[in-house]
Amino acid sequence: MAKSEVKLLGAWPSPFVLRARIALNIKSVDYEFLEETFQPKSQLLLQSNPVYKKIPVLIHENKPICESLIIVQYVDDVWSSGGPSILPADPYDRAIARFWATYVDDKLFPAMKSIAGAKGEEERKRLIKEVEEGLALLEDAFNKITSKGNNKLFFGGDQIGYLDIAFGSLLGWLRVTEITTGVKLFDQVNTPGLANWAERFCAHAAVKDVMPHTHKLLEFAKTLMTKLAPI
Amino acid sequence: MAKNDEVIMLDFWLSPYARRVQIALEEKGIKYEIKEEDLPNNKSTLLLQLNPVYKKVPVLIHNGKPICESLVVLEYIDEVWNHKSPSLLPSDPYHRAQARFWADYVDKKIYDNAMKFFKTEGEEKEDGKKGLIEGLKVMEEQVGGDRTYFGGDNIGLVDVILVPLFSWFYVYKFTNNLNFVSQESFPNLFAWAKKCTERDSVSKCIPKEQKVFEHFQQRNLLNSDQ
Repeated sequence: MAKSEVKLLGAWPSPFVLRARIALNIKSVDYEFLEETFQPKSQLLLQSNPVYKKIPVLIHENKPICESLIIVQYVDDVWSSGGPSILPADPYDRAIARFWATYVDDKLFPAMKSIAGAKGEEERKRLIKEVEEGLALLEDAFNKITSKGNNKLFFGGDQIGYLDIAFGSLLGWLRVTEITTGVKLFDQVNTPGLANWAERFCAHAAVKDVMPHTHKLLEFAKTLMTKLAPI
Repeated sequence: MAKNDEVIMLDFWLSPYARRVQIALEEKGIKYEIKEEDLPNNKSTLLLQLNPVYKKVPVLIHNGKPICESLVVLEYIDEVWNHKSPSLLPSDPYHRAQARFWADYVDKKIYDNAMKFFKTEGEEKEDGKKGLIEGLKVMEEQVGGDRTYFGGDNIGLVDVILVPLFSWFYVYKFTNNLNFVSQESFPNLFAWAKKCTERDSVSKCIPKEQKVFEHFQQRNLLNSDQ
């Protein structure tokens, strides 16, 4: 496929954009990455995602596809022969993967994101606890899913799949959260299964070149906080 | 699929999310059994076991295995019973992506705001109302003309997801002032809702007005100006 036929509009710190990049890498799709400028939002962004005006937007043959998990499924559908399947083959396994990916987006990510802006120590502690509980649920899910087969490497089996991508894309920001809160969320003691999975995920060929470095994300987070802090 | 497929749905008759699943099962002609939950205060052990994360209905139990979250359930039903029409999702990848996009939009923009409007007070309620109107205006543009349904010529994922809320509008007219959701302001949506409720599957699943009225009456939730 000619490179110009596939464009991804995104921004390097975004975990949602990362999902799309990993999916495209899994399928060996040649694409052009367009870094969104913001302030103001580009014409391309406003035109291709008029409803939400958010990244990522995948533009394939001039048609836009929005929402990161929808993009991942689209990539899996269109480039089915380009690489291993992203969604599991069995409908029940797919339902489990979708359930947990939805959980990550609806519960885990919002809680994690809110920690930085928490009003007061009590709220901060509550949100950190929520994230810890979410990670415990995912640790449990990981153990259940990987105990089914012989390949205990990823949620997707011996290859990274839908849930690996949905959850793994948050690892950089989870690490930033650990640093800024001083709380170990993710380690051999609390979440041994996930701790090992995280290492394998970040080392995976489809992930390692596109996963932003934690120290860069931390710098970026600090710049954001400075911009948002009251004068 | 095996002839002795066992399909059970943990349900609460008033839940629009559960109605989505029931409509899909009816549309595809799948045999199922309903286990009614006594919500909100008396959740069954089964519900707590099968949906420990959210403790909510609907839960589909297929041959003993639970599936939770209505959108996940709908895709599951469409995949497992893909030989039964209608297909909830189109076969073309781009159109599938579009259907999923709008399904997600209906959930986030319309349902979440509707729940805010119905269940909160003051500023939050106003926020919900504002968001709901914005969302309905967007959906109004997506249907009508040669688009009988959001799915095109036949009922699809977005139709199944949105229609239970429309019946909730008449349900909640007993407790809220809903004059901003009218045929005049949303002619396409009202025509679409009427078309949907003419289908056996949908009319069978929508709660009867009398039952709803009595439910709110019992809980002293009726509008003071009823």
